[in-house]
Amino acid sequence: MDQTVWNFIFIGITFGVYIGIAIWSRAGSTKEYYTAGGGVSPFANGMATAADWMSAATFISMAGGIAAAGYGASKFLMGWTGGFVLLTTLMVPYLRKFGKATVPDFVGDRFYSNGARLVAVICAIFICMTYIMGQMRGVGIVFSRLFDIEIWMGVIIGGSIVFFYAGLGGMKGITYTQVAQYCVMVFSYTIPVIFISIIITGDVIPQLGLIGNYIKDGAENAQPLLQKVNQISIDLGFQEYTAGTGNTLDLFCITAALMVGTAGLPHVIVRFFTVKNVRAVRKSAYWTLTFIAIIYLTAPALGMFARTNFIEEINGKKYQEAPEWFKNWEAQGMIAWVDKNNDGVMQYRAGNVFSGKPSFDENKQKEGSPRLVTNEIDPSQNEVYYDKDIIVLANPEMAGLPKWVIALVMAGCVAAALSTAAGLLLVLSTSISHDLMKKILKPDITDKQEIRYARMASFGALVIAAYFGINPPSSFVAKTVAFAFGLAASSFFPTLIMGIFSKKINKQGAIAGMISGIGFTLGYIIYFQFLTTSKDYWFGISPEGIGFVGMFINFIVAFVVSSITPPPPKEVQQMIDEIRIPKGAGEASEH
Amino acid sequence: MKQNQKPSKSYWHANLSITIKVLIIWFSVSFGCGILFKEELDQFFIGGAPLGFWMAQQGSIICFVLLLIAYSFLMNNLDKKYGYDEEGE
Repeated sequence: MDQTVWNFIFIGITFGVYIGIAIWSRAGSTKEYYTAGGGVSPFANGMATAADWMSAATFISMAGGIAAAGYGASKFLMGWTGGFVLLTTLMVPYLRKFGKATVPDFVGDRFYSNGARLVAVICAIFICMTYIMGQMRGVGIVFSRLFDIEIWMGVIIGGSIVFFYAGLGGMKGITYTQVAQYCVMVFSYTIPVIFISIIITGDVIPQLGLIGNYIKDGAENAQPLLQKVNQISIDLGFQEYTAGTGNTLDLFCITAALMVGTAGLPHVIVRFFTVKNVRAVRKSAYWTLTFIAIIYLTAPALGMFARTNFIEEINGKKYQEAPEWFKNWEAQGMIAWVDKNNDGVMQYRAGNVFSGKPSFDENKQKEGSPRLVTNEIDPSQNEVYYDKDIIVLANPEMAGLPKWVIALVMAGCVAAALSTAAGLLLVLSTSISHDLMKKILKPDITDKQEIRYARMASFGALVIAAYFGINPPSSFVAKTVAFAFGLAASSFFPTLIMGIFSKKINKQGAIAGMISGIGFTLGYIIYFQFLTTSKDYWFGISPEGIGFVGMFINFIVAFVVSSITPPPPKEVQQMIDEIRIPKGAGEASEH
Repeated sequence: MKQNQKPSKSYWHANLSITIKVLIIWFSVSFGCGILFKEELDQFFIGGAPLGFWMAQQGSIICFVLLLIAYSFLMNNLDKKYGYDEEGE
């Protein structure tokens, strides 16, 4: 069967399932819309949270990042899993006991101020908007490959589907769709890697392949795979695959920012409001991390296998003999070859091929010859450009796996992007309908009107997200997402921690802390991302890691301001005592 | 959630003590083994992988999962001891 037919079959079946679930479980009340009624089982919520949280960036870009950076990409692996330890031990059990529908609800009540609520709403919207752009981009890339259309059309198709089931179904629809999406993701991520692991190392379990031997040259030439990868890397002028990055402080800060950022992401936190009680929250948390770990422990193996395959298949080959996938992805503009030394052979080396992303000159391409780029050519010896995102997308083709596997991977990418986009969209729409309209602007609206506002807000948010998905401010999907983590790390994480673990922090402190934390982080990111090309970072801390510093600024400002202003009232202190007792969480309520 | 019981001080302290222990292990396996002492650990090998590298990309994640299972178990026991536990999930 043709590849396109397989693609249509897999995408068709999975979409049918998602939409079926959305219609079957659509929300009737605000309570179902916001927290799925509060009775989801910990196991199902674990799967849903894993799908919600593993984004297109994780699915599409992370393995590519690992393939390119080796040890340097460990920050994503540790950061995006370690955050769940913080989330579970410091936040969600207490927030679940508090029993409201959204994160700004807690901030508004704990700091007894609509001002604090408003700041929290703005932070939530900001974080989710930054994050959702990366998802729309991911959907666009996959659809453009699937149906041979432009990325902008892919973004619009993906956006419409998300709107259909997230806007309709609310949290209830999203939860059960995400369970299905997790299943698609886990199969599509692990199956190709298992095949490749068997080919390269002979181990069925990729995690054992990672520490196993390379056997493609025959059993008598077997050597540890990592040793081989290190050797190839050095031969081609790269850094050793397993070697450190040099800047330990930056690596430390980025890892920390990703961890505390994970713990401060509103769309992850609200997922734990859907289970019955505090005991269920704890259980749900370890299921979540287990499901996430299955994919995260596979990613390093995938990255390394892909790097080995890519180099073996491409480096030193004539362009005319390049494998079919190479030309497919070249046609998509995600691979380019510039024959710098005019020998007709592709040399893959360290360094840039040219500056920026390739822009092609369509008029000059001859039949059977590479697409010509108009970029300024870099003097390095590297001739092969590839977009890191193709590592996952093209990996099954590189390893010569059957066509249905490729279709399965495509379906998985779409599931990853859609599930996260839906979760984010829910937070965006509830922030506006519940926290902004109901709690601040128009307290007397009915349940029905509130849901209508939520659906309108979903639509507006999607339009904006789609625009930025088509014109992304930052090229690498994971990078866009890293900013959302920085912002979450510097706003929600410290504020929620102080709200739970300190009785002294008052509303003035919380507001001042949030504003200065997020202001500093945002300023630093915008300055280095948009206003200057210099990489003269403070103490070498890159924009991705600055959220960790922003977190400390939030803590310090909040403590200083709270100590010179009156302490929180008695009722609030009593409320803090109450959330520290797990018993009696009841059902998450909307009011 | 309208219960006017004041949380027992010793419950809260026991809770904090579990939390802090979990976080100390969390910090040592990730930031400790995976970043700060990575070079030192790389002298040892697990299969074909240097230990520091392996901790950063595999070991720390496995430890996180085990930590959360342990946390859930310890906290549920603590709740039971103080009568704060609840049936069902």
